[in-house]
Amino acid sequence: MLYTIIKENTYQDSIVLMLLSNKLSAMDGVNKVSIMMGTPANKDIFKSSGLGTDELENANPNDIVVVVDTDQEDKVSEVEAEIEAELKGNSAAQDESKAQEAHNWKKAMELANNPNLALISIPGQYAAMEAENALNEGLHAFIFSDNVSKEDEVKLKQKAHEKGLLVMGPDCGTGIIHGLPLAFTNIVKEGDIGVVGASGTGIQEVTTIIDRYGKGVTNAIGTGGRDLSTEVGAITVLDSIKALNQDPKVNVITVISKPPAEEVQQKVLNVLRNIEKPVVTLFLGDKPAYQEENIYHAYTLEEAAVVSVQLSNGEKPNFEPKIVENVNVALKDSQVGIKGYYSGGTLASEAAMLLKDAFKDEVPAEKKEAYILKTKHHEIIDLGDDIYTQGKPHPMIDPEKRIEMLETSGNDPETAVIMIDNVIGYGSHDDMANELAPTIKRVLEKAHQDGRELAVLATVVGTEQDPQGYDKQIATLKESGAIICETNDQMVRTAISLVGGKVEQPVLDVQNFEHTKEDLSVDEKIMSLINSNPSVINIGLKSFTEAVKESGSECVQFNWRPMAGGDEKLMKVLQFLNYYEGDTSNGLQNN
Amino acid sequence: MGYKTINEANEAVIQKIVAAAPFLTDVVPAKSVIPELEEHVLLHAGPPIKYENMTDPMQGSCVGAILFEGWAEDEAGARELLENDKITFIPCHHVNAVGPMGGITSPNMPVLVVVNKETGNEAYCQMNEGIGAVLRFGAYNEQVINRLHWMKDVLGPVLSKALKTIEGGLNVNVLIAKAIAMGDEFHQRNIAASLAFLKEVAPIISALDDVEKEQRTEVIQFLADTDQFFLNIAMATGKAMMDAAATIEHGTVVTAMCRNGENFGIRIAGMGDEWFTAPVNTPQGLYFTGYSAEDANTDIGDSAITETIGVGGVAMIAAPAVTRFVGSGGFNDALETSNQMTEIFIGENPNFAIPTWDFKGACLGIDARKVVETGITPVINTGIAHKVAGFGQIGAGTVNPPIECFEKAITAYAEKLGFTE
Repeated sequence: MLYTIIKENTYQDSIVLMLLSNKLSAMDGVNKVSIMMGTPANKDIFKSSGLGTDELENANPNDIVVVVDTDQEDKVSEVEAEIEAELKGNSAAQDESKAQEAHNWKKAMELANNPNLALISIPGQYAAMEAENALNEGLHAFIFSDNVSKEDEVKLKQKAHEKGLLVMGPDCGTGIIHGLPLAFTNIVKEGDIGVVGASGTGIQEVTTIIDRYGKGVTNAIGTGGRDLSTEVGAITVLDSIKALNQDPKVNVITVISKPPAEEVQQKVLNVLRNIEKPVVTLFLGDKPAYQEENIYHAYTLEEAAVVSVQLSNGEKPNFEPKIVENVNVALKDSQVGIKGYYSGGTLASEAAMLLKDAFKDEVPAEKKEAYILKTKHHEIIDLGDDIYTQGKPHPMIDPEKRIEMLETSGNDPETAVIMIDNVIGYGSHDDMANELAPTIKRVLEKAHQDGRELAVLATVVGTEQDPQGYDKQIATLKESGAIICETNDQMVRTAISLVGGKVEQPVLDVQNFEHTKEDLSVDEKIMSLINSNPSVINIGLKSFTEAVKESGSECVQFNWRPMAGGDEKLMKVLQFLNYYEGDTSNGLQNN
Repeated sequence: MGYKTINEANEAVIQKIVAAAPFLTDVVPAKSVIPELEEHVLLHAGPPIKYENMTDPMQGSCVGAILFEGWAEDEAGARELLENDKITFIPCHHVNAVGPMGGITSPNMPVLVVVNKETGNEAYCQMNEGIGAVLRFGAYNEQVINRLHWMKDVLGPVLSKALKTIEGGLNVNVLIAKAIAMGDEFHQRNIAASLAFLKEVAPIISALDDVEKEQRTEVIQFLADTDQFFLNIAMATGKAMMDAAATIEHGTVVTAMCRNGENFGIRIAGMGDEWFTAPVNTPQGLYFTGYSAEDANTDIGDSAITETIGVGGVAMIAAPAVTRFVGSGGFNDALETSNQMTEIFIGENPNFAIPTWDFKGACLGIDARKVVETGITPVINTGIAHKVAGFGQIGAGTVNPPIECFEKAITAYAEKLGFTE
């Protein structure tokens, strides 16, 4: 049945009325409805769509006409009420301006509020170009992306240094800038220890241990693993050290890296020797041969963290390695192997370093591919290595490979100890402990059935503030039968002791070195980066934007897309046209 | 003369667009200015197309035009001519013309004449027939044919007389500038410009001694009723501007965008008259009750020449009243649309300052390179035709060109300049 409503002398734009028609059509019990101004042309439309009525003819061009087709008469008043409400409240809906996102630099810079940091996580082949754009816009760059060439890294860092900017990365997985966790990072309490690190999980292990000792880290500046290479020359490490030195809120400076090129190490040490604040260095893989008055050379990540805490407390450095005592596992004589399956690359390196130290005789001269360390009995694998991540998510996100490794080595009657890490924090799996626990339980049970016992050691890298919760992860792993170790250092030393080995902690003399005077000044822009809440432009992974915002800092999402949708031929065409220099008539004459 | 870089060539093209001085000077029978329009020749919208590939509304328009011309007695006779290839088709764009929707233009239809005084070239477009059952949407009933005759016999001649009394013709840039300040974007909304046009011609028409009072009244009434009358003036203006700009013959600025229901076609300055085509999209928008996207004809018409000069959907922000056609949003969405368009256009046209955009000029010069680079295509405002001839308009909304047109165009141009893979 058709019902006609005429609202005399009421004008509304046709678009408003069409939108309203759409809305009313969706009402239950309404077969069809149309609202239009009562013009002759519109009346024809009513008729041709099967909504012609006699009353319609009485409508004037300045009347709103509604024709409702419904089987329930009471729907008509409902429709009328809806129209009243809609026409009255029309303007309110528009006000909320939605969170805006950019897809180019111009827009990103407009939307951002005094931005000073670009967080870049786009595919490597484009990352250098966008990092350069960031520097041109006057922003510091945090490059999460890998696969950036060393030449590009050198170019970018030199340019940044000249402009008084900092390039963190490429392949920088971790960073804390003025309390703001970036990329894969733990939530760590703020405090007076300043960290500079060329390794992602190294920073995570050190900062989380510091946090669990009740101290804090306001800035942990990631530099990317190649910063201390000869070519790059520690540009970012040096600028970062100088910035932390200038920052009055920093009382201890902790520098973490793999062993650098010799001349670079000397350059870094020379700068550190100019600094009055206490310094802790860890060149992971090198066993320190001496100590210095003002520079503590640590051997392991835990040591670097513990000594940093002691120095921050004004105490004398004193590190005593620990192991988990009273491990109640009866190993057979045939069980001699330590197997470590890591998601954190630096943690794997630390394990390999300690194992080599303990079992010097066993270490083969050549490194075996796909292993961080492979000796006759022991093996340490970094499952985050490219060989294992081809087409698969990182083991911090995907438990599959570790489950497989746990099963295989658990079945091996020679295995004595299995070590695993669980790195939590932003970017990692929501509940990795829960993914690994059933396998650990099964592996232990299976060994038991076979008449063996097995030690599964686990360590969690994280803090109680992390989304996954440190204590909860520990509890789940413990429940599964794993033996919990507070740090990777303790896990590896415990494993070594279970198979009857020991790592000698070096006892060292203090030596003095001549040093040349260094200019310790640093650009104001770098000081302001580490001294105030960063305002971020996030280019790439959207989850990074959410993490930054959750931490209370400003962030504009830049939805980056490769030029021409990544079509290689079109990209070449564009490059050809964009950089064409010559006479545009040439082609015409040739044709 | 060549240019050293593509940017320099493009700069020359956009200078030509800004320098254009379009004047509406006359309304004349199409065949008097388009010599190609001989007996049994029809113009159509978009890039070249065969009759059998035309969508139903465009075919319906052909029937209507044949009946109007008297080349056949009835629909059956008209269909016979069409199906037996007795009718020659030429794209409007090939003969200095543009046509709305089907764009079907026959020899005796009156066309608006816009002269670009900067370069002296002319462009033509038929007049707007109003809404409802109209030829451009494929209707060809008696009412439609009668109206076409009236337009030929009364509307055209009266407007011709009126325009001739204005020394040098009517300055279209002035009308556009005025109307843009009154909320028109010249594709979806032309009411202010149509009224501004009526304001100019009404006193003149009223005073035309040699026209009967009844006819003067009819003409004034028709202009007063036809909100979109100015659209066709804007289209002829766009064509006059862009044909002049195309004479630069270098660079990647888009000089024409049009659709024939089958293909979307673009031209760029550096590739002259060559069309770069790809299958058209179907518009997204609001439908009159009883109709839905399923009934919609594919994208059709030369009216995208308005977007080519930087108005229409591109200048959505100029027309707050019709902003809600962009999705279901409002002012902010329109602002976002226009802001986004600045990424594919080269500059701003100071002749067309948009008050609601803080007096920024309308977008100037689509750079086909930027379209490919960003993946952003121009937003085109459009009426939506029913896919069956005769139903007429069933809604309105927006549509985007297929990006392949732009990809093909820049690739061809790069190759012309010596690019090899």
